[in-house]
Amino acid sequence: MAIYLLRRLGLAVITLFLLSVIIFFAGQVLPGDPARAILGPLSAESAVRALDHQLGVDRPLLTQYTSWITGMLRGSMGESYQYQSPVEPLLVAALVKSAKLGAFALVVIIPLGILGGVIAALSAGRQVDRIITLTGSSAAALPEFATGIVAAIIFSVGLKLLPFPPQIQPGESFLSQLHALILPAIPLVLVLFGYIARMARAGTIEALESDYVRTATLKGLKRVVVIYRHVLRNSLLPTITVIATQTGYLIGGLVVVERLFNYQGIGNLIFHAANAKDFPMLEAGVLTIGVVYMVATVGADVLTTVLNPRQRTEAAR
Amino acid sequence: MTATEETAIPGPAAEPQSALQVQHLDVTYRVRGQDRLALRDVSFRVGRNESYGLVGESGSGKSTVALALTRYLPRNGRVSSGSIRIAGRDPLALTAAELRELRARSVSMVYQEPGKALNPSIRVGRQVAEVYEIAGLGRAESLERSEAMLRKVQISDAGQVMQRYPHQLSGGMAQRVVIAMALAAEPELLILDEPTTALDATVEAEVLELIDGLRQQLDTSLLFISHNLAVIAKMCDRVGVLYAGELIEEGPAREVFEQPRHPYTMGLLRCVPRQGQRKDHGRLDAIPGFLPAPGEEISGCIFAPRCPIAEQRCREAAPPAFDTGPGRTSRCYLHEATAELPRNTPVDVQLSAPPTDAEPVITVRNLAKTFTSRGEKVPALTGVSLDLERGETLGIVGESGSGKTTLARLLLGLIPPDAGSAIELDGQPLSADLKGRSQSQLKALQIVFQNPDSALNRRHTVRQLISRPLATLAGLSGSALTERLTDLVRSVRMEPRHLPLRPRQLSGGLKQRVAIARAFGGGPRIVVCDEPTSALDVSVQAAILNLLADLQAKEQATYVFISHDLGLVRYLSDRIAVLYLGRVLELGPAERVFSGPHHPYTEALLSAVPSLDGKRTERIRLTGEIPSPANPPSGCVFHTRCPRRLPTGICESTEPPLAEVEPGHLMSCHIPIDQLATLQSTDRMS
Amino acid sequence: MPTGVVAGDAERQQTPLWRLLLRRPTFVVGAAILLFWIVCATFGTAIAPHDPLAQQLLATNQAPSSAHLFGTDQLGRDVLSRVIVGSQSIFIIAPLATAVGTVLGTTLGLILGYLGGVVDLLASRVVEAVLALPAIMIMFLFVVALGVSTTTQILIIGFIFTPLIARTVRSAVQVESQLDYVPGARLVGDRSLRIMFVEILPNVLPTVVVEFTVRLGYAIFAVASLAFLGFGPQLSTPNWGTDINANYVLLGAGYWWESLFPALAIASVIIAINLVADAIEQVFAG
Repeated sequence: MAIYLLRRLGLAVITLFLLSVIIFFAGQVLPGDPARAILGPLSAESAVRALDHQLGVDRPLLTQYTSWITGMLRGSMGESYQYQSPVEPLLVAALVKSAKLGAFALVVIIPLGILGGVIAALSAGRQVDRIITLTGSSAAALPEFATGIVAAIIFSVGLKLLPFPPQIQPGESFLSQLHALILPAIPLVLVLFGYIARMARAGTIEALESDYVRTATLKGLKRVVVIYRHVLRNSLLPTITVIATQTGYLIGGLVVVERLFNYQGIGNLIFHAANAKDFPMLEAGVLTIGVVYMVATVGADVLTTVLNPRQRTEAAR
Repeated sequence: MTATEETAIPGPAAEPQSALQVQHLDVTYRVRGQDRLALRDVSFRVGRNESYGLVGESGSGKSTVALALTRYLPRNGRVSSGSIRIAGRDPLALTAAELRELRARSVSMVYQEPGKALNPSIRVGRQVAEVYEIAGLGRAESLERSEAMLRKVQISDAGQVMQRYPHQLSGGMAQRVVIAMALAAEPELLILDEPTTALDATVEAEVLELIDGLRQQLDTSLLFISHNLAVIAKMCDRVGVLYAGELIEEGPAREVFEQPRHPYTMGLLRCVPRQGQRKDHGRLDAIPGFLPAPGEEISGCIFAPRCPIAEQRCREAAPPAFDTGPGRTSRCYLHEATAELPRNTPVDVQLSAPPTDAEPVITVRNLAKTFTSRGEKVPALTGVSLDLERGETLGIVGESGSGKTTLARLLLGLIPPDAGSAIELDGQPLSADLKGRSQSQLKALQIVFQNPDSALNRRHTVRQLISRPLATLAGLSGSALTERLTDLVRSVRMEPRHLPLRPRQLSGGLKQRVAIARAFGGGPRIVVCDEPTSALDVSVQAAILNLLADLQAKEQATYVFISHDLGLVRYLSDRIAVLYLGRVLELGPAERVFSGPHHPYTEALLSAVPSLDGKRTERIRLTGEIPSPANPPSGCVFHTRCPRRLPTGICESTEPPLAEVEPGHLMSCHIPIDQLATLQSTDRMS
Repeated sequence: MPTGVVAGDAERQQTPLWRLLLRRPTFVVGAAILLFWIVCATFGTAIAPHDPLAQQLLATNQAPSSAHLFGTDQLGRDVLSRVIVGSQSIFIIAPLATAVGTVLGTTLGLILGYLGGVVDLLASRVVEAVLALPAIMIMFLFVVALGVSTTTQILIIGFIFTPLIARTVRSAVQVESQLDYVPGARLVGDRSLRIMFVEILPNVLPTVVVEFTVRLGYAIFAVASLAFLGFGPQLSTPNWGTDINANYVLLGAGYWWESLFPALAIASVIIAINLVADAIEQVFAG
């Protein structure tokens, strides 16, 4: 078992390493000179060159990369070009805000999605199923800004229930923070519902049509017991993996949702950084997202292996 | 172990007459808005402690019967007419709670694939215990009784097995667990739907005996559903023959199989090879034509379109069930004429004898293949050496883990062998990799795969499929190609109108013919047939086998015929090789290998296969499971299960060489052949 | 009757694909909506009641009325006309980008799935690394770097789709390769290239078609999202995403129509594609 875990972690580390390389060198493709971006278009050429040297962007690429990555690992992420101050505190603050939003969305969506999928599966082929399935897949395909706008119009402009744009004041109570998070969470929830419900439905249907459910039913077990004890255990396993991959979509959605609702999370941070050619901020932000995603994926993989008896016994060998 | 004390469930005493009574049962499926009758006017009865067999090929509706009885038809199926009584109760009229009780107490089912019938995420012991819990027993007691039940189905380390998950059990062991679950509640009726089809011959024999023994002990009635006539003959007192949803004949099993009273039953019996039948004399007969399409409206007798003696009245009105003897019925106006039913194919044919060449066409020396799976080395084949003589049919027999499929793929170059292996074609070394083989070598070796659905590209037409090797291997084009194409199509007894069709539009038998035509397209000299009829119905099997025999004579080809079915191998093969755990244990002329003296494994294998001939030979019981190829036993790989193991210990320590014990007959056994001869004939006579 | 003479085989009635599709209400509704927008995209300027570019600085931010069914925006332009004409850019960029991604992705998927080996291992690692980031993010990073012209967007979205589609096609190809006709083809002397494209590809085509339709929806999603973020083609022609980008801040002030209608337009197109994709998937499965 330990060997399996180590191997999985090892793979993740390699992927992260590849990712960091890609991010760094992709950043080099972005046109524009950092010093120029900071000093503005009217500064003297000599000043620009001096600042470039100070920033270290005239060193060979490999050296820049190595110092960057070692700095990253130590936790110092450089200085933002835009704000002329260390990247970490800004990044961490933004990350926390996004985490709150993301966590809220996940907490709402996981039970909702699973319930929706299981119900759809239990009435497979009938009206309820078609409705849930189509709603889910349509909602999943709609851009977050579209659903966000509609939600904002309904709840904010129309019903005046929720604030737009949602503001979280420091020191606010937990409940009022939640209240502010509802509106931006809605588009995220809609996007994720479709995927999770679909996976839960597929897994449940496969279990329902299996031979072992037939055996269980023909033993004389009550339907509820069959579903609870035999079906769910097997159908929810693939759903767990999907939830992890949904973090990818979730983060992607964050960029748009945070822009729309002017929420100062990491999506917004990266957006501004890209526009302002603020490399240290940009690269640190993107790498952080990569790490988050990797953690989620590896976590899901490990969880699936542990929960699936077949894989667990094979991994233990 | 006393009968039922340890495993009993307290409950009311069982009551009425028959365990199962089915009367005029109609089952309808709704497909694409149309109603289709899957079962039509089926009536039969299974008495107390009686074993009733339901025989049918695919499309006969036999599985539908099982589903209808337990009220587990899919959503689009329903019982449209007729009645069912299980232990006196009608499952269709019960409330949900009563139905659960019926399923828990009165009727149980065992299905074909035991591994899938168990929940992969729950330990085996818990699943068996569930049955007891439903009856109201507590957790601890249920587990105790489960363990006792597992021992009853001859699982020796029951305690250990209880803790395992289904994927950790072999097929035979899993089926025993399922049987344990089914019999734990001591139901009045046990329904078995192809319970041993997925198991190896030796394991199948044990499981069948287990079922037989247990049901006598527990006083349970059996409804045994299978396509295998021999198994039914062995296990059942009475038999009903299903064809296209109708029960066309019924009666005591022995009588029906010895003196059938319906042309279909007779036709079916003629499709199954028995001792003495060979590809050139005593040929198997095929049943021409096809099953009626589902939903097709048939006026008259349902078998009339395929019946050689059908008359006008047969086509006009469906025959009722005639009384043909005590306890026997038949739905045929002409049932008395069944005994003289004319054949569809000649019983003897003249097949040109293979040319006698001095040199074998293929030599295999020290062929070995080791697979690496998850860090473990699994030797699939070890040191196999044999010769293939020109024009012969070499039959290769083995159970799972024997390596016979690996052997086929190695010969064809689809997988590379281990170092030290040598395959020669016409004295020239054959490259391990397909790419290294010359055009003429590619031409020379072809294969017919087991499953035509997998072997034929479903997006290509028949014309494309058969033409390809004509173009690439035979180098034909234009009118020469079309000529050869037409010729090939005729020789596999298909017609030009099939050419534009796709595999999906063809029946199983037709698809396999296309595969055979494709194999012969390039004019190969050696054709490997890997279980060519295993995926086909019994009635189609015979036609394909005879076709293969005829083609061999016409094209002067050499066959390697791989099968787990000993009867078929005996029918078709000139010589036979018996494989076990990747080694050749015996190699010799077909008749010698079959009638003996032969290797103890061959002996056990032969005694495990049920036969229609009714000779009840004392079965050689093999102890234990087939060892995993990853951990082959030391010395002679068969010694762990060999009933004739020598007491000197040589079988455990030394692997016997494959040596010639008689002219042309090789064996890998420490027991000298005359000793074997004596031992085996004495056992046969006792 | 002699052995093997074919009396009658199971020939299934082959209903043509389009007829099966037309029987499904999801397909009909979806196709109708798409057709409507395609007409708008083609004949937009002729249908629109006002000139979408005409600014009326005295009539800005007017709520919907009989004169302007969808109201006017910040510069007094008629929202309805802008919505009608705004369909153009999406219908150019999205299908082309999806086509690029599908062709490249299918080819890559075939190669990786059939040939496997070291190339597959390496490529999978790289794909996994790239996909660790949300697609939208990658896209907008590239657009920031490379510019917002139509061709660039098509290429960027197309290239990002390639590994996504390749992954699905690769799985399907691997499943196909387990079937016996693949070694069967090798045994009759076929070469790898032919096996990939003549033997395997026709069998994974249903997967490819479904992928195309699903990705098309995602392409529209992506184009609109990029435009919303400010990376739409900066042309004078109206664009749904760009309009939303310009007007969404006004929601706080209560001017909802300027962003709602373009949003609904985008939503309708995406739902329509979804319905069509769902119908196609059902037909292939059934």
